[in-house]
Amino acid sequence: MGKFNKTGKKGIPALNTSSLPDLIFTLLFFFMIVTTMREVTLKVEFRAPQATEVEKLEKKNLVTFIYVGKPTMDLRKKMGSESRIQLNDAFADVSEIQDYITQERASLSEADQPHMTVSLKIDKETQMGIVTDIKQALRQAYALKISYSAAQVDKIE
Amino acid sequence: MAKGKREVPEINSSSTADIAFLLLIFFLITTSMDTDKGLARRLPPPPEKDAKIDNEIEVKQRNVLQVLLNKNDQLMCDGEMIQVNELRKKAKEFIENKNDDPDMPEKVAKDIPVLGGTVMVTGNHVISLQNDRGTSYSEYIKVQNELVAAYNELRNELANRQFGKDYAELTEEQQEGIRDYYPQRISEAEPKNYGGKK
Repeated sequence: MGKFNKTGKKGIPALNTSSLPDLIFTLLFFFMIVTTMREVTLKVEFRAPQATEVEKLEKKNLVTFIYVGKPTMDLRKKMGSESRIQLNDAFADVSEIQDYITQERASLSEADQPHMTVSLKIDKETQMGIVTDIKQALRQAYALKISYSAAQVDKIE
Repeated sequence: MAKGKREVPEINSSSTADIAFLLLIFFLITTSMDTDKGLARRLPPPPEKDAKIDNEIEVKQRNVLQVLLNKNDQLMCDGEMIQVNELRKKAKEFIENKNDDPDMPEKVAKDIPVLGGTVMVTGNHVISLQNDRGTSYSEYIKVQNELVAAYNELRNELANRQFGKDYAELTEEQQEGIRDYYPQRISEAEPKNYGGKK
């Protein structure tokens, strides 16, 4: 005690950090729960359009994604700046969508197949031409449940 | 027993925090807070190949609300140029047809038990949305959003009138009744090229 009093006058006792790991673990678990693993690397620029009336996509494993947008900056030299479609990890053509959907559908269990949803992640600066083509392709592939991905806002400015 | 003889030295745990930090950062990088939200829609099935001729189901003129969006993002609704923010009101008037206007969709009798038996609904109305290949996607989503908002507002109003609650708070059965009363009928028609060459 005497020793403590002597030093206490000069320095502040060190902060107890023994609960720091617990704190960090809490954070870690929080992030593990609320986030999902990124499945694809985006090769196109995607900024969601805004909407107020969005609905949540229910079952994640039943959702197939189609990305549309301009290639990212470092890919522009090679691919040009036209809007492109990305399926999984590669650029694709409209004609490939039908095969892609069939493939994705086959990977689902039979009971889930009618509930398959296609989420269209389309950059807001895209022109409708390519979107229309995709929609027609999806119709041909009988993937009729779609969702236009959009960011939720209270008011569109 | 001598003091301290049996004591095992404690493992130094000061680096646990660092390990946890590493894990945390790993998860921050590899995962995304993907809030998958969007406007849900149902596409019509593809046209049958052998039935090539235009034998679309005859829809009476009064039952259709034409919404056109051209390549300059101009909006035309029922033959009038309007702004996007006016669309919701127009769509609501059209779907609801409060005064049984002969220009608005006709009402048909429908049996919805939750709403107290047979009611007159505008069950055959169609909102036909057509766009050009040059229309911008953000504008298209805005229009889609307004149309969905019109339905949601109508359903909410009905829910409040009938049950004194918001639509979202109703039971599954009540929601279904209200959905039957205001069925969402938005048709995304076959693409056409408006406004010249592209």
